[in-house]
Amino acid sequence: MSDADRIDARTAEAGTREPLTGTLIFERGAEESRCVEPPVLDVPSVDLEDVLGGHARAMAPVLPHVTEVELARHYEHLASANFGVDSGFYPLGSCTMKYNPKVDEWACRLPGFARIHPYQPEETVQGALELMWGLQEALAEVAGLPAVSLQPAAGAHGELTGLLTIRAYHTANGDPRRRVLVPDSAHGTNPATVAMCGYEVVQVPSDERGGVDVAALKRLLDIDVAALMLTNPNTLGLFDENILEITSAVHEVGALAYCDGANLNAIMGWSRPGDMGFDALHINLHKTFATPHGGGGPGAGPVAVSDALAPYLPGPVVAQRDGGFAFAYPERSIGRVRSYAGNFGVLVRAYTYIRAVGGDGLRDISGQAVLSANYLKTLLADAWPVPYDRTCMHEFVMSGGPLRKSTGVRTLDVAKRLLDYGIHPPTVYFPLIVDEAMMVEPTETESKETLERFAAVLRRIAEEAAEDSGLLHGAPYSTPVRRLDEAAAVKNADVAWSPGDGSER
Amino acid sequence: MRFIPVTCGEQDEMLDSVGVPSIDGLYEDIPVGARLARPLDLPGAMGEIELAAHIEKLAAANEDGSRMVSFLGGGCYDHYVPAIVDSVVSKPAFFTAYTPYQPEVSQGTLQAIYEYQSMICQLTGMEVSNASMYDGATALAEAALMAARVTKRHRVVVSATVHPEWRETLATYVESGTLEVVEVAAKDGVSDGAAIAAALDDATAALLIASPSFYGTLEDLRSLGEAAHEVGALFVVATDPVLLGVLEPPASYGADIVVGEGQSLGNAISFGGPGLGVFACRKAHIRQMPGRVAGRTTDVDGRTGFVLTFSTREQHIRREKATSNICSNHSLNALAAGVYLAAMGADGLAGIGRASVAKAHYLEGALVATGRFERVFDAPFAAEFTLRYRGEATAMQARLRESGYLAGLDLGRFSADDAGLVMFAVTERHTRAVLDRFVEEVSAL
Ligand SMILES: Cc1ncc(COP(=O)(O)O)c(C=O)c1O
Repeated sequence: MSDADRIDARTAEAGTREPLTGTLIFERGAEESRCVEPPVLDVPSVDLEDVLGGHARAMAPVLPHVTEVELARHYEHLASANFGVDSGFYPLGSCTMKYNPKVDEWACRLPGFARIHPYQPEETVQGALELMWGLQEALAEVAGLPAVSLQPAAGAHGELTGLLTIRAYHTANGDPRRRVLVPDSAHGTNPATVAMCGYEVVQVPSDERGGVDVAALKRLLDIDVAALMLTNPNTLGLFDENILEITSAVHEVGALAYCDGANLNAIMGWSRPGDMGFDALHINLHKTFATPHGGGGPGAGPVAVSDALAPYLPGPVVAQRDGGFAFAYPERSIGRVRSYAGNFGVLVRAYTYIRAVGGDGLRDISGQAVLSANYLKTLLADAWPVPYDRTCMHEFVMSGGPLRKSTGVRTLDVAKRLLDYGIHPPTVYFPLIVDEAMMVEPTETESKETLERFAAVLRRIAEEAAEDSGLLHGAPYSTPVRRLDEAAAVKNADVAWSPGDGSER
Repeated sequence: MRFIPVTCGEQDEMLDSVGVPSIDGLYEDIPVGARLARPLDLPGAMGEIELAAHIEKLAAANEDGSRMVSFLGGGCYDHYVPAIVDSVVSKPAFFTAYTPYQPEVSQGTLQAIYEYQSMICQLTGMEVSNASMYDGATALAEAALMAARVTKRHRVVVSATVHPEWRETLATYVESGTLEVVEVAAKDGVSDGAAIAAALDDATAALLIASPSFYGTLEDLRSLGEAAHEVGALFVVATDPVLLGVLEPPASYGADIVVGEGQSLGNAISFGGPGLGVFACRKAHIRQMPGRVAGRTTDVDGRTGFVLTFSTREQHIRREKATSNICSNHSLNALAAGVYLAAMGADGLAGIGRASVAKAHYLEGALVATGRFERVFDAPFAAEFTLRYRGEATAMQARLRESGYLAGLDLGRFSADDAGLVMFAVTERHTRAVLDRFVEEVSAL
């Protein structure tokens, strides 16, 4: 067989292979196929219609019918059409896509953690409570704020918790206020949270160095302002040089300072939000503390607060009591923000990570995250402009505006082209204050070589844009599917398969 | 440091290129007053071997479900999780990915979400499901807020038979006055239909009911739904999705929004989290729904593919006008639920439901027959039931714990009115032999 024949044979084979995705689990298997056998009934059977008081199901739901091997292959195919941190470089700014240590996954699956019930007597869950207590203490130390609630399920949930805590504090002081200030560079969850808490959002502009415009902030501050919600380091990846002046101006009018801790990975052991003057902070364990993102969750968004806010935290929190550990309910608590005590499985992972790296390790991690971002920024200098160009923290934001002007190639096209090079694109079009934004967060878990390859690829893509913009408009070419019709998705509103929709075999 | 691949030598080269002598030089924007001048006061690093021993010791200090026979429920249930479920959710391509913002390399997550949504619609009878919320409690609170948007009304009526922690979560969510919540006391372990009808008015956005209720009872959903619709309110039903193989779907009773705690669908109890907030509604209301949704479409080559859709509802686009602030959800738990439901199939799920219901009724009858417990409610129940203990419930539970039993949930911990009531949750995993031994222990008290 000649070389040419061999290649042809390969192509023919590839051409007939079933696509990895698109065929639904409902369309696999046969009517009689089973994966799990129903349990053997070892007690007398009951007449469901009778014992359920007429609520027995009349028509069975239509669920997949597959054998285990078909199920295993289905999800293996889906997985192979996915990209995760273990697949390759994932510099998704603001999301801290660092490596997720496997020992954390082992830890949370131990029966002593995975099979305990939230309503067990506290004497029977002392190990779990000790772990939660240890995590509260560690987060309080990193935050520089004394009291922690592990209850919130994610960052946005932490924002809600923190802001409701602030609201309760003002209310208790007989000083209800109406407005919350949010910078124009803020993440969308910030204004959305403010609205959910019944406050009015007032936008604060950024200054030419990418920080809060302090003069503008001072003009907006008055006794009707409940809080300033600030991300620091901010969403441009910059540490706000005026942070002390900002928080003291906020306090001067009786308002409180809330920190969105999404960017804590830059500063652990270097600077603490409590020492910056913040009264409350949420921490994304699924970012800074290496718990996996899970394809969109679950995360955990613990909240750390000052002594003044501590009585308002949602319960339960864990306290030391009689030589052991117990749940406690802060006296003036805002109440729960969810059921049970928190995303415990995620808390186990974060605790395991913190104990693995230790206090000095956390500082080294942040130091390397910041160095890696600055190194990458240096490698890209002159090819990719950074509008607020100064020493960055763990991420930086480039602008695709000039490229768009000169070639018509948008940041979206660049992102799609990166996929062909096996790299997950940075966060795009956020923050809103940068034209054609591309927010790059390499994290400390990437090698120098990976950073260099990314820089080389981005430079190559800029050249491709100049040479052949059509190439980029058409990208990606090598992914399981190519650009998808999002308008049709809304128009057709096909958000659930049903037996009659024609796609059934 | 094992999680940093950059070597010391490379670090020096990188510092050189950046033009600073040391990492400290990168932190000069931080005002001195905000710098930490000492090391963090935390324990030192541990190698994986020592770490594993430490973690194992903490885990061993808990009496878990592999060492105790547990009848605890109250929203978290010990249903069997087939091995295939953890095999799938342990695939790094699933658990180390983030939100599928780049659909071309996220078809695995997106298709899995679409399939999960489809299964939830099949179970609940609703037309649309979102990709998940944090848990049942937050799903209920978000349902109330959504009902207010749909109806442009600002008052909801909730039955006190809804899980107390869910009601408390709802109260916290609306604390700022965005909604008025009217709670209607229970009567004989179920919703008080007459009192609810009286509480509903033409300013009511929604009636919130749980069936099975917190007490395990099944509610008269039909008449409650009719009462809600009579005043133009939405009917929000909280349910336990794992029982929908045997229970009539909420849609049959006119539910407009269905929520639930989905932990039982293939997720570990894990001390109460992460579970899964199930959220489903009518298609007509999709634009008011909170959370992410995956939709099916095609790519430029005509291939079937999936994307996040109806995103203009969400915070990253609508900011303060968004339908919710939710961003990260419980995607991996929804994946587990999808694998679980596919593994079970309709027969398997019905089998789980049938076995749990039959065993619960078997245990209930046997416990009443001991004379130690008495029935308090007449309403039908499914797999969880409430009895009154004739004696000191706490002492009984402490005694039985010594014999290796977590003997039900003492409802006195939630409300003084319910002191003396003990609730038992039964699943397909409780064998007859285990139930019989437990009943013997109770008889011997
Ligand atoms: C700056 C910032 N704030 C808040 C959030 C919301 O966090 P979560 O997705 O955990 O709710 C994010 C997440 O992407 C973020 O980047």
